[in-house]
Amino acid sequence: MSSNEKLLDIKDLVVHYETEDAVIEAVNNVSFEVKRGEILGIVGETGAGKTTIGLSIMGLLPKPPANVIQGSIKFNGRELLPKTPVPASAVDLVARRRRRREENKLKRMHRTIRGRKMTMMFQDPMTALNPVLPVGDQIAEVIRIHENVSPAEAVKRACEMMELVRIPATRYQEYPHQFSGGMKQRVVIAIALACRPDLIIADEPTTALDVTIQAQVLRLMRELQRKLGTAMLFITHDLGIVAELCDRCMVLYAGEIVESGTLEHIFDNASHPYTQGLFASIPNLEEETERLTPIQGLMPNPADLPSYCSFYDRCPVRTDRCKLANPELVEVEPGHYVRCIHAQLKKGL
Amino acid sequence: MALVEIRNLKKYFETPAGMLHAVDDVSLEIEKGTTIGIVGESGCGKSTLGKCLIRMVEPTDGTICFDGLDVTAMTEREFRNMRTRMQMIFQDPYASLNPRMSVSALIAEPIKTFKLARDKKELESMVLELMDRVGLARRLAGSYPHELDGGRRQRIGVARALSLNPEFIVCDEPVSALDVSIQAQILNLLMDLQEEAGLTYMFITHDMSVVKHVSDEICVMYLGQIVERCDTRELFANPLHPYAQALLSAIPRPTIHNKKEPIILEGELTSPINPVARCRFAPRCAHAVDICFQAEPEMAEFGSKNHFVKCHRVEELSGVTKIAN
Repeated sequence: MSSNEKLLDIKDLVVHYETEDAVIEAVNNVSFEVKRGEILGIVGETGAGKTTIGLSIMGLLPKPPANVIQGSIKFNGRELLPKTPVPASAVDLVARRRRRREENKLKRMHRTIRGRKMTMMFQDPMTALNPVLPVGDQIAEVIRIHENVSPAEAVKRACEMMELVRIPATRYQEYPHQFSGGMKQRVVIAIALACRPDLIIADEPTTALDVTIQAQVLRLMRELQRKLGTAMLFITHDLGIVAELCDRCMVLYAGEIVESGTLEHIFDNASHPYTQGLFASIPNLEEETERLTPIQGLMPNPADLPSYCSFYDRCPVRTDRCKLANPELVEVEPGHYVRCIHAQLKKGL
Repeated sequence: MALVEIRNLKKYFETPAGMLHAVDDVSLEIEKGTTIGIVGESGCGKSTLGKCLIRMVEPTDGTICFDGLDVTAMTEREFRNMRTRMQMIFQDPYASLNPRMSVSALIAEPIKTFKLARDKKELESMVLELMDRVGLARRLAGSYPHELDGGRRQRIGVARALSLNPEFIVCDEPVSALDVSIQAQILNLLMDLQEEAGLTYMFITHDMSVVKHVSDEICVMYLGQIVERCDTRELFANPLHPYAQALLSAIPRPTIHNKKEPIILEGELTSPINPVARCRFAPRCAHAVDICFQAEPEMAEFGSKNHFVKCHRVEELSGVTKIAN
């Protein structure tokens, strides 16, 4: 399935948050693709733009303040973003109306996909669930909305979903507060999988859980993902989880992809100084280290990004050349992309 | 002599459903200048234990001796003098700082409360010196917490704790809210300060890799009790309690080599309300037999010196022998 193999294809995505006194450049020229049935990990620190990417795909960005400046998101070959550019002038009413009309049309189309073909799981299961609705009904609701089934059939399918995520169906009538954190996240997984979607965007789904519970939930997700062939975009800040779960991985910094590749590329052959810095700052469980090597400084202010390499101020290997322009994301070996001129020079590029 | 000595500490909370045993019969010593790590999952009582030590919550029973003085027997007034010697750093630096106070006011607050500065000038120089020590740029003195990032906010928390020149600091998940690159900065700072001032830490966390990095000794807690306690290196090389083994194996490791299958525990934490006398881990333990459900195991030394384990079957399962006292 040549064209079908690319489930999600994102090109040159730029998302800004526009407030009264600043424009925050959250996502800058991000391009990547997710193949059917694969798990792609997105790693990055707070404010790197991970969640914004997830929300853009789902069409859930809060507009305003968010504004998709440019880019294309193709899901199953269908374009999800408007083709008409943002009107250059605010008084160009014709262009504005044309853009709004297209946006509304896409919004309606998105509604038929969201929850059915693509779903999103959030970090905190308590806020994702409705506290005054029995959990079983919350699963059945998704099925009833998206598929043409009778209420009784929806309830039956919801029970099956509960068994699938190993919650006894006898707990159908219970409310979220009667569940522990791990069990609540299972309910969220059941909701996400209820319509057998092609893509799940999982935004730090295990960050709020304890390690032993996290291990249970990760194993369940992996099992179900294999069984149902669902593709997954797994957003996390934990490189350990990426190593456990993902097929490929990309590292985000200040709204840009700084490195992407297979797990071998990222874990054994990390080439961007930021990726290397991330690994050096994690205390190692296998070896004894006296001192950690933190990355000095802080992420640049996203309202005021430099015109050169955004990692320059914190980079241990920076040179004057880095200040000339923002480096391109270049393929240094097949499938391994790095945005750093030094890594590129080392490879003779 | 140990700086802190805890004997049979208990903290029960009364709830409508019954007595909640948050900390149940915990005994341990902390040597001067060392770090003891307390690990466990949410609800295991690790924070309550830390709060008992500085009397933020009053223990139900048991004694805490600090430098030979029984802290639990002191009145509130007597204890006030002890507060300068023991401090706490909290998890969420945003929630634990008053948003309406500037950085310098926040750091000056404890000094003023305990009247440690003779005049305004001395206070100011003490604040600036503390800011230097924790790596906060002096130009930030007039900033407010919301203007700063998590790492800098946590540095304020550290500066506040240090302002009274304490000997002992309870660090309650001080880096959990921070990104890894910032987390490393704060961990290094805490370790440098320890070396500089000979501080003693109790380091409470759920992150095993952090606790391994900072601690000399580790206590693994489960439902209010310590189930295993030993030297850090020993714990990671040779965990004996089934819970500690599962906990260690469940950590996702940032490497793609030597992958070991994690031990997946069935079920979740049982209720700490009115626990029955049995091994508290038994309902989730893969090795549990009848005895585990009938009697509570004793804490005893197994295998090597100072390796304490609370498990009935540790000798059979790990092939270690009990060390008789």
